[in-house]
Amino acid sequence: MNKVIETFKLTRMFNELTAVDHLDISVEAGEIFGLLGPNGAGKTTTISMLCTILKPTSGTAKVNGFDIVKESRQVRKSIGIVFQDPSIDDRMTGRENLFMHANLYGVPLSEQKSRIDNVLKLVELEDRADDLMRTYSGGMRRRLELARGLIHYPKVLFLDEPTLGLDPQTRDHVWKYIRELKENHDITIVLTTHYMDEADKLCDRIAIMDYGKIIALDTPAKLKETLEGDVVIIKANNLETLSALITEKLGLQNARIINGTVEVTMKNGKSMLPRIVEVATQNNIFVESIALREPNLEDVFLYYTGRTIRADSSRERHGFLAIARRRIK
Amino acid sequence: MTELRGFYTLWLREVKRYFRDKVRIVSSFFQPFLWLVIFGTGFRFSGQIGELNYQEYLFPGIIGQALLFTSMFMGISVIWDKEFGFMKEILVAPISRVTIFLGKMIGDSTDAALQGTIIFLVAALIGIKVDPLTYFAALPVMLLITFGLVSIGLTIASFMRSLESFGVIQSFINLPLFFLSGALFPLTNPGIPEWLQTASKANPLTYGVDALRTIILGEAWQPLQALHVNLAVLGAFDVIMIIIGTWAFTRMK
Repeated sequence: MNKVIETFKLTRMFNELTAVDHLDISVEAGEIFGLLGPNGAGKTTTISMLCTILKPTSGTAKVNGFDIVKESRQVRKSIGIVFQDPSIDDRMTGRENLFMHANLYGVPLSEQKSRIDNVLKLVELEDRADDLMRTYSGGMRRRLELARGLIHYPKVLFLDEPTLGLDPQTRDHVWKYIRELKENHDITIVLTTHYMDEADKLCDRIAIMDYGKIIALDTPAKLKETLEGDVVIIKANNLETLSALITEKLGLQNARIINGTVEVTMKNGKSMLPRIVEVATQNNIFVESIALREPNLEDVFLYYTGRTIRADSSRERHGFLAIARRRIK
Repeated sequence: MTELRGFYTLWLREVKRYFRDKVRIVSSFFQPFLWLVIFGTGFRFSGQIGELNYQEYLFPGIIGQALLFTSMFMGISVIWDKEFGFMKEILVAPISRVTIFLGKMIGDSTDAALQGTIIFLVAALIGIKVDPLTYFAALPVMLLITFGLVSIGLTIASFMRSLESFGVIQSFINLPLFFLSGALFPLTNPGIPEWLQTASKANPLTYGVDALRTIILGEAWQPLQALHVNLAVLGAFDVIMIIIGTWAFTRMK
C-alpha cells in the first residue's frame, strides 16, 4: 500500500513539556485515520506539524511525499485543513469565503465556479451560500469549513476535532459527509477526536495517543478484541470491598470503580455473572444491578493508560474553552 | 501567478469589508464635518494664515488626520482575524508572507485613501473650493502617506493578542503624530519652541501634510519643504516600514 503520511521520530517540545514524543506512524492512501486521546495528548500538535504550522523540535515527516520542514509549500498545496477553532471570515458570505480559498490555493479561474458549486452541494449549503456567514449556525459554519477544505482537491484532509461543540444531529451530519468524501473522492483523511464513538464509527484505523506517544494503533475492531471479552458492570452498596473480592476470589485483575459502579473486563462474562453475585452475597454485599456489554474504545483506553479519557479535568479545560469560543462566534 | 491572485483576493477582502461597514462610512463623514465646520469656523476668526483662512488651512490637515487614524486603526483587523481564526486560514495557505502582508497592507491603504476621499466630499459640501483635478493629484500622495502608516499599525497588531490593548495606539501614537504634524497649526509660527520644531521634523506625517497642502492650496501655501523632498521622505519611510512589517508577518504564528 501507498503511504501518504510517514513520520520519523517526530518530536515537539514546549519548554520542558514534550507534547509529541518521537512519533513514528504511517497513514495509508485512502484511509480514515484517527488520532484519539484526551485533550492535551498531543493530537493537535501532531496535526499542526504535519500541516507545517508548527516546526518540529526534532525528527520530521513526509506528507504526500514532501518533507514538512524542507518542502512546506508543496505540503501546503497537498493538504486541506479544518481547524479545531473556527477560521472563517464571518463578515463575508459563504461563497466569498470559498472564492478566497480558491484564490489562495491557486485553483484555476476557469474551474473555481464549478468546484465551489459542487462543494456547496455536498454540504447542502447552496441556499445560504450568498448570506453573510455571521448569520450561519455553528453547524453550518463547520460544514462550510469542510467544503472549503476540499476546493483545491487536497490529497490529505486534516480534521482537528471536526465535531467539537456540535449538537448530536449536526455531528451525525458531519460524519455522513466525511464518509461520503472517503467513498467518492481520492482522498486520505486524518482526524483527531476525543470522542470515542466518533473514532469508532468513522475511522479505518485508530492511533490512541497519550502524553505525546502512541500507545496502541489498529482497527477499532482489533483494538477492542485485545480486551478479549466482555465488560461487566456491577452496581452495589460497597464498591471497594466488592472490587477487592473480585480480584481476590475470582482472580480478575482489572476491576475498577467508575461512576459509582465496579467495572471489570473478562472472558465469558455470561458464565461469570452468577459467580460475582455469589461472592458478593457471601460477603454481605447487596448487588443492585449487574449488566454485561461489549468493550468499547473507552475500555481500550482505560486498559492501556489506567485512566478514563475524561479523568484529568485540568486537561479537559482546553476543550471546553474551544467549545465556548465556537458558541460565542 | 498564485501569489498575484493571493494578493488580489486579500486586497479585495479589505476593500469589500470597508464598504460593508455602513456605520463607519457614516461616522467617517461626520467627524471631519465637525472638525472643519466647528473647529475650523471657530478658529477662522482668530486670524489668517498668510492669504488663507483657517478653514482652508485646516482642510489638508484633516485629510492627514483621517489618513493617520484610519491607517492605524486598520491594524485592528489583524487582531480581529487572529481572534476569530481567519488569520490561520491565510497563514497556512501556500502563498508567501510577503504577499500576505502586501495584500493586506495595500488593501488597508486603499480603505484609508477612500477615507481621505470622503474628506474631499465633505469639504466640497461645506463650500471649500476644491478642483476635481486637485483630488486626482492628491490621491497618489495620500496612498504614499498611508503605506507606511498602515505598516506601523499592522506591525504593532501582529504582536498583540487582544483588541483592548490596541487602544493604547490611540494615545501613544495617533495623537502625538497628529499634534506634531502641523495639521492644526503652522509649525513656522514665530515663537514655536525648538523642541516642538525638532519633534515635528521627526514625524513622517509632517511631510505628508506639507505635501498635501502644497498640492491642494497651491501658491497660497508656503511649503516647509519642496514637494520632491516631502515625497522622498515619505517614500523612504514607506520602504522601511514595509520591510519591518513583512518581517513581523513572517514571524507571526
